[in-house]
Amino acid sequence: MAIRPAGTLYRGKVGMWSWVLHRISGVGIFFFLLVHVLDTALVRVSPEAYNIVIESYKTPVVGLAELGLVGAILFHGLNGLRVIAIDFWSKGTKYQAIMFWIVIAITVLAVAAFTPLHLARVFSH
Amino acid sequence: MMSVIIETPAKPRTRKQANLEKYGWLFMRISGPLLVVLVFTHLVVNLVVGDGIKAIDFAFVAGKWADPFWQVWDLAMLWLALIHGTNGMRTIVNDYTEKTKVRLALGTTLWAVCGLLILLGTLVIFTFDPCPAGANPDLLASFCPAQ
Repeated sequence: MAIRPAGTLYRGKVGMWSWVLHRISGVGIFFFLLVHVLDTALVRVSPEAYNIVIESYKTPVVGLAELGLVGAILFHGLNGLRVIAIDFWSKGTKYQAIMFWIVIAITVLAVAAFTPLHLARVFSH
Repeated sequence: MMSVIIETPAKPRTRKQANLEKYGWLFMRISGPLLVVLVFTHLVVNLVVGDGIKAIDFAFVAGKWADPFWQVWDLAMLWLALIHGTNGMRTIVNDYTEKTKVRLALGTTLWAVCGLLILLGTLVIFTFDPCPAGANPDLLASFCPAQ
């Protein structure tokens, strides 16, 4: 039977999944950023043009998607700090798994706190 | 039984000159924490405090960009986020493309889009008039004379 390497930083377990999530969240944020620079540029066209487009950000469907966007940004930013800690902190690799769960915990808690606030605004608009 | 043999490089790297890939790696780690501060604050100011997303309209943006502090803040965010994001996309493209032509075409497209959006965003921030003449006064910020 082949030997299965396990418990290394990147293969299986949270080391690999944090890498996968970092890529997916990064790509998602990148494409939103392209759209967001363009929609903000409409302030240079006219107040009407900007207001019409920004109204779509306040609709229920986009409002729900914004929760995913905020979650992706929180995860990507915090996990990026974790990656830096792994690279530069002598104990980084030792604590990489627990740091991953701290990143997940803060992301989930922050999104949970933001959700009722944001949805109340979106659905009352 | 599986064993892994790592060959000794025939020609180890001895080059001491500038290494773009190294500076790219370093840029991600310098811009990253800066973006955490810039973007997280952007989210709190625009989506959490006050009325959050409900309050965002032309007058809201005018109120922020009438202040040089937020102009510089958003300018830094624009440049760092686009370069950070484009360099990340380049890394992903390099990982998954096999043909050199495809890799070069995607890389060129990414940097061209990055450059255009940085140029557009920078021009917008610095040529923006919070109180444009002839605009509907109802849509302008309270500090505008037309209001």
